[in-house]
Amino acid sequence: MRPFRYQRATGAEAAVATLASSPGARYLGGGTNLVDLMKLGVERPELLVDVTALPHTAVEDLPGGGLLIGAAVRGAELAAHPAVLDRCPAIAQALLAGASGQLRNAATVGGNLLQRTRCPYFQDPGKPCNKREPGTGCPAREGAHRHLAVLGASPHCVATHPGDLAVALTALDAAVRVRGPEGTRTVPLTALHRLPGDRPERDTVLDHGDLITHVELGPVPEAAGSVFRSARDRAAFSFALVSVAAALEVDRGFVRRVRLAFGGVAARPWRARAAEDRLLGSPATAEAFARAVDTELAPAEPLRDNAFKVPLLRALTVRTLLELAGRSPGAGERPPEEP
Amino acid sequence: MTAPVHTATAALRVNGAPHELRLDTRATVLDTVREQLGLTGAKKGCDHGQCGACTVLVDGVRMNSCLLLAVACDGAEITTVEGLAGDGGLHPLQSAFLERDAFQCGYCTPGQLCSAAGALRELAAGRPSAVTGEGHPPGLPVVASDEEIRERMSGNLCRCGAYPGIVRAVADVAHTGTAPGDREGGAW
Repeated sequence: MRPFRYQRATGAEAAVATLASSPGARYLGGGTNLVDLMKLGVERPELLVDVTALPHTAVEDLPGGGLLIGAAVRGAELAAHPAVLDRCPAIAQALLAGASGQLRNAATVGGNLLQRTRCPYFQDPGKPCNKREPGTGCPAREGAHRHLAVLGASPHCVATHPGDLAVALTALDAAVRVRGPEGTRTVPLTALHRLPGDRPERDTVLDHGDLITHVELGPVPEAAGSVFRSARDRAAFSFALVSVAAALEVDRGFVRRVRLAFGGVAARPWRARAAEDRLLGSPATAEAFARAVDTELAPAEPLRDNAFKVPLLRALTVRTLLELAGRSPGAGERPPEEP
Repeated sequence: MTAPVHTATAALRVNGAPHELRLDTRATVLDTVREQLGLTGAKKGCDHGQCGACTVLVDGVRMNSCLLLAVACDGAEITTVEGLAGDGGLHPLQSAFLERDAFQCGYCTPGQLCSAAGALRELAAGRPSAVTGEGHPPGLPVVASDEEIRERMSGNLCRCGAYPGIVRAVADVAHTGTAPGDREGGAW
């Protein structure tokens, strides 16, 4: 590993200023992805600015029932937070569907959103990779791409965003608060991650020095019934092959409200707007759900070994929406257990 | 041309003993306890957070020590398998692992033990896992079913395949607080 300097940030403003003036610096959160990439030689920072001691470690209520989640909150803490379990269970389920207990205890919310692709070529500095080293090529198109993208890829890159949390946040219209050299701004989750185009080295719209300080979740009534479901190669400690985060309200057999986001299919969490549009007002049936997913996945361009993702995601989504439709208000409710 | 090595100081409390260390910033907690402090219980398996052999408790919380920079743990209390029992005897999990034949080669065992200790605390604190029922009331202890133990121990691999014994050993301690051989009367 290349030698680096280490600083513990004492204030967000100073941390941002330090990064802005040091092109070779990186923020350090839990380190579960960054330190690994440094061992692999993929990341070679000159300076690490540790942001875990900044005051972004709380989950706070926002007016109207929303939540403000500090970027340095650990994944395991967020997954156990009563407000998250109560108001937006898809977020807890997404966190618990990935990694191991040890990793979730260390990894931060901000770091989770900014984790890099697990494409095997990106992680191997001995191989070409346009994301790691622009202009060197993409062997994944012809090589090992079973886990990679079927939507929104480019000739230069077929990487996927590997995370689950971002998928749940995307479905629930969350946003990140970003502090940069020019001040603070809010970026919706749907606009945070980029499709590769001809700049696959840029995972997100953030610039060097931008620091995610919080995740902001507005009041979304149907989020209380939201779910996250994934299909994996193993039943535990495995990345999602495909995933879906969904919320659904059915009124007299017809879809009244729906939120749908897919994971494991693109370089960003995929908000399924076309499917949502098609579902609104349609009957809450397996056939209608399948047709809506097919609309969303019509532009899919699978590669040789990942075409299975299209029918797998279709089946997972239909099953998830049927599960949600089956929880009709009143009938699906159970009395709360005694504390 | 070699880049200069950067060092920093960190105060780590390891198994109750304070250490003021000057460290290469690249040193992980795993390398530090093994090579600076002579505590070779925590093992380097994959060195990438995938196998769990390096698991230690940081302020009582289980983590992969191979991915933790020691300088980032300044002020932390680290517990390795050597400090798990605290009094020089065996921790109930260690007794249970012996009773239940929960290892063959033993390489993954220190990590399994520290991970199990952390997992038991997480169960008691009511932290949910992917297999915990969605209606589980937050904060109330989660019952340590075999399914819960398997899910929660999934970050610890065992190449010998001692998983059935590991699940039994962790269940013993979860349900009784002790290994079967340590129980009054000894009957099981």
